[in-house]
Parts: sequence; structure tokens; C-alpha cells
Amino acid sequence: MSTEEQGLPVLKTPSAARAAPRGLVTRFFDSDLWYSFRSSRLVVLAGIVTLLMVGAALLAPVIAPHDPYDLRALNLMDSDLPPAWVKGGDPRFLLGTDDQGRDILSTILYGTRSSIAISVLAVLLAIGIGVSLGLVAGYFGGIVDTIIMRIADVKLTFPAILVALLINGIAQTLFRGRLGGAEFWILVLSIGLSFWVQYARTVRGMTLVEKSKEYVQAARLIGMSRTAIMFKHVLPNVLSPVLVIGTINLALAIITEATLSFLGVGLPPTEPSLGTMIQIGNKYLFSGSWWMVAFPGITLAVLVLAVNLLGDWLRDALNPKLR
Amino acid sequence: MLAFTIRRLFEAAIVMLTVALLAFVLFRFVGDPINQMVGQDTSIAEREELRERLGLNDPVLVQFGRFIWNAARYDFGISYQVKRPVTSLIAERFPATFELAITAALFAILLGIPMGVYTGIHRDSWLSKLFLSVSLVGISLPTFLIGILLIYVFAVQLGVLPSFGRGEVVRIGGWTTGLLTASGLKALILPAITLGLFQMTLVTRLVRSQMLEVLRTDYIKFARARGLSDRAVNFGHALKNTLIPVITIIGLQLGAIIAFAIITETVFQWPGMGLMFIQAVQNADIPVMSAYLLLVAFLFVLINLIVDLLYVWIDPRVRIYGREA
Amino acid sequence: MTETPTLSVRNLRIEFPTRRGTLVAVDDVSFDIAPGEVLGIVGESGAGKSLTGTAIIGLLEPPGRIAGGEIRLNGQRIDNLAREAMRPIRGKRIGMVFQDPLTSLNPLYRIGDQIIETIRTHLPMSEREARARAIDLLTEVGIQGAERRIDSYPHEFSGGMRQRVVLALALCAEPDLIIADEPTTALDVSIQAQIIQLLKRLCRERGTAVMLITHDMGVIAETANRVAVMYAGRIAEIGPVREVIKSAHHPYTRGLMGSIPSLEGTGDRLTQIPGSMPRLTAIPKGCAFNPRCPHAFDRCRTERPDLMPVDHSLAACWLVAPQTAEAPQ
Repeated sequence: MSTEEQGLPVLKTPSAARAAPRGLVTRFFDSDLWYSFRSSRLVVLAGIVTLLMVGAALLAPVIAPHDPYDLRALNLMDSDLPPAWVKGGDPRFLLGTDDQGRDILSTILYGTRSSIAISVLAVLLAIGIGVSLGLVAGYFGGIVDTIIMRIADVKLTFPAILVALLINGIAQTLFRGRLGGAEFWILVLSIGLSFWVQYARTVRGMTLVEKSKEYVQAARLIGMSRTAIMFKHVLPNVLSPVLVIGTINLALAIITEATLSFLGVGLPPTEPSLGTMIQIGNKYLFSGSWWMVAFPGITLAVLVLAVNLLGDWLRDALNPKLR
Repeated sequence: MLAFTIRRLFEAAIVMLTVALLAFVLFRFVGDPINQMVGQDTSIAEREELRERLGLNDPVLVQFGRFIWNAARYDFGISYQVKRPVTSLIAERFPATFELAITAALFAILLGIPMGVYTGIHRDSWLSKLFLSVSLVGISLPTFLIGILLIYVFAVQLGVLPSFGRGEVVRIGGWTTGLLTASGLKALILPAITLGLFQMTLVTRLVRSQMLEVLRTDYIKFARARGLSDRAVNFGHALKNTLIPVITIIGLQLGAIIAFAIITETVFQWPGMGLMFIQAVQNADIPVMSAYLLLVAFLFVLINLIVDLLYVWIDPRVRIYGREA
Repeated sequence: MTETPTLSVRNLRIEFPTRRGTLVAVDDVSFDIAPGEVLGIVGESGAGKSLTGTAIIGLLEPPGRIAGGEIRLNGQRIDNLAREAMRPIRGKRIGMVFQDPLTSLNPLYRIGDQIIETIRTHLPMSEREARARAIDLLTEVGIQGAERRIDSYPHEFSGGMRQRVVLALALCAEPDLIIADEPTTALDVSIQAQIIQLLKRLCRERGTAVMLITHDMGVIAETANRVAVMYAGRIAEIGPVREVIKSAHHPYTRGLMGSIPSLEGTGDRLTQIPGSMPRLTAIPKGCAFNPRCPHAFDRCRTERPDLMPVDHSLAACWLVAPQTAEAPQ
């Protein structure tokens, strides 16, 4: 019913007239997006959980009871302690300690911090690469398009985790022993490079559609340059699918980072990461030290679940057809 | 049909060549092969002699040709780490991964498709909501975490299933199978569930969304308007149309299963190719890495090719005109 | 009229509950279709014509629902039937033709299979008998070499041919009523006429009543006996097709007629109604057409007109109300 959207010069109802110059904020709170957000308690909960976890991660240095980076503060006497409420627990360590005597709670806070940082940067990198390649391929077409999309096809043959592993493996080999803190950026790079194809394909498809629309052709007629048209007119239209894919990808990136670290090719054991914590805890599972795996595991699962819920909601809200 | 097959084969060959180039670059330029192969005390002359013998001084193109020629004859050189031919390492490891992947795929497909169809048809029933919640949790739990959870419950707490290895295997020719012994089958259960669970949730969600899409089409509306029974509409008309795109994606997912096997095999110490690969990555064992890369690419391309041909066989539109795009 | 109409719709109301309140998509719609009669339903998209058709065959999709009124088929009430009781009516007693023949047929099944399946759902026939009947039907709708073509897939037919197949499908159990929802809109102009002629002929031979939904006045003029004009969910005017076309009573209908080129070429300019139909969320008070109506006066802005008899028609307009003496010219 597209004709309905153009509508008549709609009769202003009294309330609409009163609220006439509505600000961006009011408009947001009146939007369908906000409505669909509020109408699902689960989505609201997911939003709150995500906010809390991101907040806690950002504030880790402030709120963490201990500093897992500070090797001098570690005491092997404190190692392998169960959570405080379990017999043998120590009130100083609420969720217990690991094999090195690190406080689990503090390590989780710092670990979530690096997980989120790596994932967000990786997704931003993927969006940057994918969107620009997609725009270029879709807008210029021809040989450029063919080359980019062929690369995307080959890339798509391989699952993201494998690509990330390979890039990671190559980087590790190239910089053997000379990494010194670069693992963080290698992770960002390997995850980012393994996720761009989806954006490129989506953006290319949408660019092709937008390109043929009248307003873009009109913009060309009045002499706007191609690049200007691409950025001013085409880009805004592809933002909402990119946002949806980005959110869903963020969850995947968090999983991928944790997986790489779990496999021992991500962050080194000296740097806290949820994946590394689970890997270490896994070794002690049979000796009954369940807390070393359980708490980072729950944190990881809850974080990913919350982001996934937000992603699902965004997809349904921004693209009702996919419901 | 023939032209289509030939075109597909040609495309597959290009993908394989690209991957081979990648594997070659990896093999040849990432780290010095000589350094990896010899000890600290080898003299420069000896190194040079080895370099000459291995053909590392030949033009790069010649080396690439030789690399492909060797790979085509299934020869990937010697592992830096264990000093044995990569080929024999793979031959030992392949059956374990293959059996695990197939079991996991069957688990994912046989459970995922019915669940997806059910949730697609009965959108608002409580069982659908349960399935969808479970699938969302399934998609949010990283594979390795599922594995650890299963180990904790079934191996540590209940002690009913083994937590690592393949159990007893039987050797048939060059193939070792765990499917013929009780301990082999028991050992397969947890890894297969771990590997299959994520794929199952993907299949469920995919089938559901595809089903919903198809149920909205005009021909389904028209089928209802003709008074066909719900059964005929849902299972006769909608299901077939749903499954066509699903087949493609399930095919791609089979590839993903092989890759995800890396994680499962690490968690369960499953003696397959994935474990071999992750050890190679950790030890910078380049020949093993590039061989694995080529082999996995080959499997992917093969699966894709089979899926494409299957597609043509099922969909009459494609059967006649060949697949577009 | 002593004869029971094939289809009788009374005060039909269709609602869509949304978060901004309930939308009334179809409101107080009543009409009859006699056996063998063709009733045209015209209106802009969103006027509620397709929804009315969908509601009659019982395929309204939630959250849309029939909120009032009744629908009778040969005197039997069908709007309140249970799902399973409605199913044998669809296809058997009411056939439906959709707009786009390209998407109406399942691409994965041979057309023969789709026809045979439908025949056997409604009639006690063996596979062989059904197949023979399918071939007859295909021949009847003008498909040459039907014995051969019956085993083709939909994509092997052109659009016009496919719409013929769709007609065969709609007719295969000899229904009393055909609802044709924009049956020619998606077709080439040259083919439109053929399909309309075919529909007309088939229904005349069988005495099938037709509800022809379209926005094309030309098709209506060609085919229909009577026509109902819908605007914003209501019937604005209903009457014999000649009268509505030649001397419409409702200003909206007159506007619609002004937009068809006439063959006589009297030199009149084609006119266009200014503005567009209101959204369902913002239907004006009084007559829904009043903001666009050149003749609107005070009463039109406050009080909603019901259908009122005028000549052989009914029109919902205060201009035709007998007591409206003060109506300006």
C-alpha cells in the first residue's frame, strides 16, 4: 500500500499540532523501532544486559577488585580457590581464583573488556572494507565488480573461523617471538578480514538497486560527481542492513575471538581473555575446579546471547519482511 | 546440462588454483623452509646444497608449477614438526574427521529440518517458541563451550561417556573406523553433538525463515484458494520450494562443519585433521598448514559442485536454462 | 429479485488491529451478485477491493479479520465457517484468479499435476479421469496441444498462457463464483483483451457469477454488468455499468471516468482528481472524499453519507440525497 504513504495533506490532529517542532529525541521515542524495542521484555532485558556488560568492561580498571595484569600482586598461595560462598572459599575472591591465583571476577572484567574491544574493532574493520568494496563494485560495475565479487566468492568458500585461523597462523609465523603485544591487532585483523564479504555483497546489491533509481540519475544529471553521489545518496540507504548484519556479526566476532584464544592462537595466556580463561579452566575441570570454566563461560554465553537477541530484534524491526 | 557442468568445473578449477597459489605463497615465503628443516649447527654450504636439491633456487613460477604438480599427485612434502610425509599424516587423520563430520551433519539435518518446518508452519505455538529459544541459545553458545559443558555433565559428573579420543577403532584397508565398536560409537556421541548442535540451530532457523517466505508467496495463496488441504499445501507445495535453497546452504555448511571440527577435535582430543591443523598452526608447521588448506578447499569445491548439480536435478527451471548468477 | 443471489455480502467490515489503534480497511460494504452476473469492483489500490475478495474466500491473513457483517453463498452463510468447513468451498464453489500469473503457479510442479491435484481434491475421480478432464480444460482455455503441454512446467509458458492455465485451475471444479483479482493487470495490453474475452465466455457458458476486481475502468466497461466503486474502504457508488460510466452520481466516480480516454475523441481533456486517497489512519470525518471533492459542502465534512438510491444506482453522496435542497451546484 505504498500510495497510502504519500497521503493527503494529512489533517493535523490537535495533539500532533501541539508537538509540532519535534526534536530528534522525541521522534526516536515515537518511532516504530523504539516501540518494537519496548514491546518485548526479552529485548529490553538483552539491551540492559549488553549495556551493563559493556559498562563493566569499560570500567574494569576501576571496579575490578584486583589487577590480574599485576604479576607482583599474584600469590600462588591463593591459587585454585573456590568461590567465596563455597567451603574453602576466600571472601577476597568472590568467584574464586585460577591456577595462578588470579581473581576470577577481575579477570572476567578485564577479559570481557578485551573481547568487546577486539570484536567491535574487527566488525568496524569488516564494515569498512566490505562497505567500500561493495559500493565500488556496485557503482562502477564492469571489471572492478567482477574482480571484487570473484574474490568474495572464493573467500565465501571458507568459513570465517578458518580464515581467521589462517591469517592468525601466518602472522604468528611471520613475527615469531617478536609479537610483543601485537596479538591484539592480529586478532582484530584476522577476524575483520574474515567477515567483510557479507557486507560487500549486501551493499553491492543495494547499490545496484539504488543506482537505477530516479533520484540518483537526477543527481548525475545536475552534474554531481560519482563519488559524491555514492557518499551522499547511496550510502545512507545501505546503512540499515549494515547495522543489522553488524550486530549479528558482533556476536559472531565475540565467539570467534573467544574460540581463537581457546585454541591457543589468540591472546597470550598472560593477557586476560574469556577464551583463554576457559582454556585454562578446561584443564582443571576433571579435578573439580568447575568455577574456572563456569564463570567465564556464563559471561561469554550471556554476552553473545544478549547481542544476538538485539541483532534479531533489529533485523525484524528494520526489515519486517524477514520476520 | 553438459555446458553447465563444464562451466561449473571450470569455475571450481579457478577457485582451486587461487587457493593453491595462496598455499604456495604460504609454503614458500612465510618463514624460511630451510631454517625450519635443519638444526642450528648445519653449515651454510649444507644449507645451500639442501636449498639447491629442494629446488628453492629455481624461478618462482617453476616452483609454483612443481608445487601444483606435486599437490595433484597428492604430495605435500615433509612436516617440519614430526619429520614425516604430510600425506601419510593426513591419511591417518582423515577417517576420524570424516566420520565425525558426517555424523554431526546427519544429526544437524535430521533434527534441524523437521524443527524448521514445524516452527515455520506453526508460527505461534508454544513448541515453536521453545524450539526457537533453544536455537537462539544454541547459536549463542560457542562450540567449545558446548563441548566442555557436555564433558562436564556426561564424563565428569555422570561418567557415562568418554571425554576424549576415538575409543577402539577397527582397521579396514587404509581406513580406520570407530563405527564398528561399542567404545568407538560411545566416543563419537559427545563430539558429534558438539559439532552438530550449532549447525542444527542454523538449519532450523534457515528452514523456518525460508518456509515463512514460501508460505507468503502467491502460489501458496493460490493453492489454498483452490481448496487444497493444509497437508497438501504445507508438505506438498511449500516444503519442496523451501528445500531448494536450503540444500545449497546445507552444502556450504558441510564445509563449515569440517572447519568447525578443528574446535571440536581440540576439545575432545579427537585424532583428526583439525587437531593436526591446530598443532601445525601453533608450531608454524607450514607444509601441514598448506596441505590442510588445499585439502579443505578441495572438499569445499567438491561439495559445492555436487550441490549445484543436485540443484539442477531438483529445480526444473534451472534444469532447462542453467543456473543464473 | 426473487432469485437467491450467488453471492450476497452484507455490511462487511474488515479490521486490522495495530498499535496505533484499529484500522478499518473495509467498512459497511454490501452487494449481491446474481448467477451468471459479472460485478466489477473498481477503486485505487488500498481502497479495500482485494481485501473484500480475500475475505469472501476466507483467506484473510491475520491480524486482519472480519469484524462484522455476513457473507452468503447461495444463501448459505460462509463467513463464520470453521477452517476445515471452508476448505471444500474454496476451489469447489468459489474459484479465484490472482493478478500475477507468473507467481500464481508453483514453479516446481508440472501444470498438469497442479490441475489434477485440484480436481481430485474436489471431485471423486481417478488419476486418469482427472487427467483427461485437465486436458479438456486446457483445450477449452485455448492451450494448443494440451495433451503435450500438460506435462510442461509453468516457466515454459508465456504470461498470457499461464493466466489461461490459472483460469483452467479456477474453473476445474465448476465453481458457482469466480473472484478475479486484477486478472489482467500484469499482462501485455494485447493479451489483456484475450483473457477478458475468455473469462467472459467461460463464465457465460457455465452461468458462473464473477466478481471482477480491477482498477481498470476499460476492463469493467468491456465485461461487467454492474459495477461497484470503492473509496477508502467503502462503496461510493454501485449500479449498472452503463449508468455508472455515462452518468455517474458520485463525484469520485465522475473523476474516475474523467481519467479514461474516450474513443469518440470529443476533445475533452482527461481530468485528474487532485490529491490522493487518505491513509486508513487518517480518514477524514464525514464523507471520506470531502477534501478532494469539488462539490463538498458543510454536511459532507461532518456527516457520513450512506448509500442512497438514485436512478438505478446507489450512491453514497449528499448531493443525491433528496432532502439536500441547499446543495450548491
